[in-house]
Amino acid sequence: MFPHLRLSGSLPCLAAMPSIAPAMPTPSHLRFFLTSACPPHPFLSFGKSFFVRYCTRIGYTKPYQDQDPKQCPIPSKMQMESSFGGIVCKSRGCQTLCQPPGANVQQRPVSEICRIRDDVLQRKKSAVQITEDYLSRLHETEPHVKSFLYVSEKALEEAAELDRKLGNNEEVGPLAGVPIAVKDNLCTHDMPSTGGSRILEGYRPPYDATAVRKLREAGAVLLGKTNLDEFGMGSSTEGSAFQVTSNPWDLSRVPGGSSGGSAAAVAARQCAAALGTDTGGSIRQPASFCGVVGLKPTYGRVSRFGLMAYASSLDVIGCLASSVLDTAILLSVMAGEDKSDATSSKKDVPTYAASLLPLNLASSKPFEGLKFGIILETIGEGVNDGVLSLIRDAALHIEALGATVTEVSLPTFSKGLPAYYVLAPAEASSNLARYDGVRFGFRADGDELVSMYGQSRGQGFGLEVKRRILMGTYALSAGYYEAFYRRSQQVRTLIQKDFRTALEENDVLLSPVAPTAAFKIGEKANDPLGMYVGDLMTVNVNLAGLPALVVPCGLTEGGRHGLPVGLQMIGNAFEEGKLLRLGHLFEQTLPKINWTIPSVMDTKI
Amino acid sequence: MGLPGALPVLNEKVVEYAVKLGLGLHSDISLRSKFDRKQYFYPDLPKGYQISQFDIPICRGGYVEVDLPVEFGGGHRRFGITRVHMEEDAGKLVHAGGDGLSGSLYSQVDLNRAGVPLLEVVSEPDMRNGLEAAEYAAELQRIVRYLGISNGNMQEGSLRCDVNVSVRPKGQDKFGTKVEIKNMNSFSAMQRAIEYEVSRQVCLHEEGFESKIVQETRLWEEGSQRTITMRSKEGLADYRFFPEPDLPEVSITQAYVDSLLEDLPELPNTKRRRYESLGLIMQDVLVLANDSDVAAFLDAVLDKGADLKLTANWIMGDIAAYLKSEKTSISDVKLTPATLAELISLIKDGTISGKIGKEILPELLRKGGSVKEVVEAKGLSQISDPALIEGIIKQVLSSNPKQVEQYRGGKTKLQGFFVGQVMKATGGRVNPTVMNEILLRKLTA
Repeated sequence: MFPHLRLSGSLPCLAAMPSIAPAMPTPSHLRFFLTSACPPHPFLSFGKSFFVRYCTRIGYTKPYQDQDPKQCPIPSKMQMESSFGGIVCKSRGCQTLCQPPGANVQQRPVSEICRIRDDVLQRKKSAVQITEDYLSRLHETEPHVKSFLYVSEKALEEAAELDRKLGNNEEVGPLAGVPIAVKDNLCTHDMPSTGGSRILEGYRPPYDATAVRKLREAGAVLLGKTNLDEFGMGSSTEGSAFQVTSNPWDLSRVPGGSSGGSAAAVAARQCAAALGTDTGGSIRQPASFCGVVGLKPTYGRVSRFGLMAYASSLDVIGCLASSVLDTAILLSVMAGEDKSDATSSKKDVPTYAASLLPLNLASSKPFEGLKFGIILETIGEGVNDGVLSLIRDAALHIEALGATVTEVSLPTFSKGLPAYYVLAPAEASSNLARYDGVRFGFRADGDELVSMYGQSRGQGFGLEVKRRILMGTYALSAGYYEAFYRRSQQVRTLIQKDFRTALEENDVLLSPVAPTAAFKIGEKANDPLGMYVGDLMTVNVNLAGLPALVVPCGLTEGGRHGLPVGLQMIGNAFEEGKLLRLGHLFEQTLPKINWTIPSVMDTKI
Repeated sequence: MGLPGALPVLNEKVVEYAVKLGLGLHSDISLRSKFDRKQYFYPDLPKGYQISQFDIPICRGGYVEVDLPVEFGGGHRRFGITRVHMEEDAGKLVHAGGDGLSGSLYSQVDLNRAGVPLLEVVSEPDMRNGLEAAEYAAELQRIVRYLGISNGNMQEGSLRCDVNVSVRPKGQDKFGTKVEIKNMNSFSAMQRAIEYEVSRQVCLHEEGFESKIVQETRLWEEGSQRTITMRSKEGLADYRFFPEPDLPEVSITQAYVDSLLEDLPELPNTKRRRYESLGLIMQDVLVLANDSDVAAFLDAVLDKGADLKLTANWIMGDIAAYLKSEKTSISDVKLTPATLAELISLIKDGTISGKIGKEILPELLRKGGSVKEVVEAKGLSQISDPALIEGIIKQVLSSNPKQVEQYRGGKTKLQGFFVGQVMKATGGRVNPTVMNEILLRKLTA
């Protein structure tokens, strides 16, 4: 047997995740088990570190570093083969060791955008070929995943136009030939934009959202529109009026939401990257559930013009991709001031990708001197053990890269969720008033005006949307405004203050994205409150308007291949550059995990 | 249209206009104000909410000073301003398929003006009758025209007015139930609507039916000259105001306000006080200060050193008549203030007669040019040279010996005949004073 299995007996840390240790581990379980449970290398000095306090907190009083190095259970030959610190070496050792024989070892996440751009610019593949490849993969996987509400009929035309330009040596943008999917609550002039709602079934906007326009101008090929919870209201994409999307890692599970279609499409490699929107976690939670990178930029970084408003003071357009580098490239394209959005920021847009160092240029301790704070309130009760241990591993990995990780308490953290579920519905009740059957979208018959309004909205909106409109209307009504809306705004101010304090002491805050990995389709369908609680770790970031990056950090138990879990990294407003740089290094140094073997992924592109 | 994904953007100009208006109304300017959403469903409101200012309007307080027309007894009034706020206009409902709103079969929505910024001025309940209200509105119109922030045209809807009317028995402090009236498209309609509504409410009171005065919106019907119920406001509508998240707070600096204040033109009331102090009677003051272009023209003529009363008479007399008959405005005529000043001074120094002045005015208004040029081109300058006049008179007397004899025989009324003959001989260009003097001397010689 494997000698290091003895670890489970000697390391109390493992007691925190009993459900993970299988009786007879299959290779894939084993791999997970080891990458998540490998103790830190005893030679590394952790100081008063997260790990020490973590071990102390769970009752393990004698952390490894105090023990005799000779007792380190990792065979010494596995500690040698890396240019990185010992712990990376160790982790790599585990990874290699546990890789099932003959498995296709996936390289570290690479930039799909760079790969495609190289192919296109060096004429290895034409834009049409690339688009055809993605489209055929899309059509092959779509019956299982159901992530698209509409597939573009013009994608090949657009690609051909790019090839023509390339043939004439004309200038092409940074996204030349990159097939991108767009969440369906973003307006596209040449494709229907429904917001996932019956009330806009078949609606074609006369204009492109600013973010979409910028993608087009950069040469992206838009593949289609992805599924979502109606108007972004939901956390599972089951709230779509049209179809239920499946998680590519386990088709019986949800992809998360509301940008579930975009996340599933990226995970299933139906597109190179996708646009999403995030009002309370709608990019980050599906990114975590589907094992892709998700970026929620600072409020105001990307213009909201053309985004069907759910909660205007919280809505943000961001992106989902298979690597941090890709999200950095996309953000540089999308971000910037827009005269059509008065809340868009005038701040200059850096070339985010430029500061993302290739791994071989990074020092062995690239995080030296950085402080990471793990939000105490997000790693307590109610959080799945598998998720917790992966987040703790991620924290250990960050420490190994040279940073200090400490626990940070945000006292008002728990107040965020109720405040969010007052403010967001309040704004939604107002933003959705325009869907009245008069000028566009679905109209029901009515004897007179008021009954036409009532019938159109009654039949056009889904259950969750109606629930939020009612909650929001109530919260804004005379006599309740002070108790609900005003109170929640005060909470919002406190949450912003807490974040500010915590980010004065820390460069980046860490937390899980959701209390669990992807849950089963239907599991929470009749439990709206249960669904809301799942947003606990993400809504506060929207209330504070901060940027957050979700990077996959491992697989937890579930399904045939395990279920992905993401790490949420939260930064100061407009410090996306820092988040992306650190997220990139984290991603590129993380022990290798085969990110591309979900059940629908058997064909490779 | 309120399309999905569309966002509002604040028009910078409306902030400038709001501050100017606030300064003109002596209001306090809020350096920080914000927008709110006022929510209700109505077909003329595409988004289902109106972007307005609720608790922090851009201007608060202030007043308007009004001089009531002399023919209605005159008098000076000051009406309080509650606030001025910025908001977006709604669409326009066109009720079709019948005559008037009550008989219409269907309605059409014109969204062309939806989302266009407007300023709403709310007054204190200080007006006591229809006339005062109409005069207040007219003064407001004058102010916005003086400030150049609106043409104030009621027919086009550039200036609209909703009035609230309530009555209360003498000695009662509390205001009665207020009734809102809409659909008046002139100041006189406003005055008549208010007078009708006041008498309707007073009648109800006198007959003991004051409970029938309910909070409602009534419509002024121009045809039948009465107000009719449009919709009753059962209980207070809950507009569910909340801060507009799509627009940032409006933040302006004191320096910006000061710079606008510095550039503020002289406003109607100040102008009236100035004309009054210069000795014009109130009736003339009201006419001259009514139109900012006219007042500006007058001021420009005065700047050239012309006499106030003479200038005022020219403007209110011949020029006004010309403008009226030609249906044009003072800013569209070719006559410059300098030319009018020249005309007045040439008459005053005797170069031309007042009669000639009146004759050439239409040409100056139509074609412009200097008075001297026109006079010389037409040979119209006055003959004031005594020797020349004496020669002409001699000639007239010698060709009318019979009349001279009669005159000298005591029929002195014939002097007019001789004047007429001299005028005829000179084409009316002779200086009457000089001529009379010489004529008298010659006749009595």
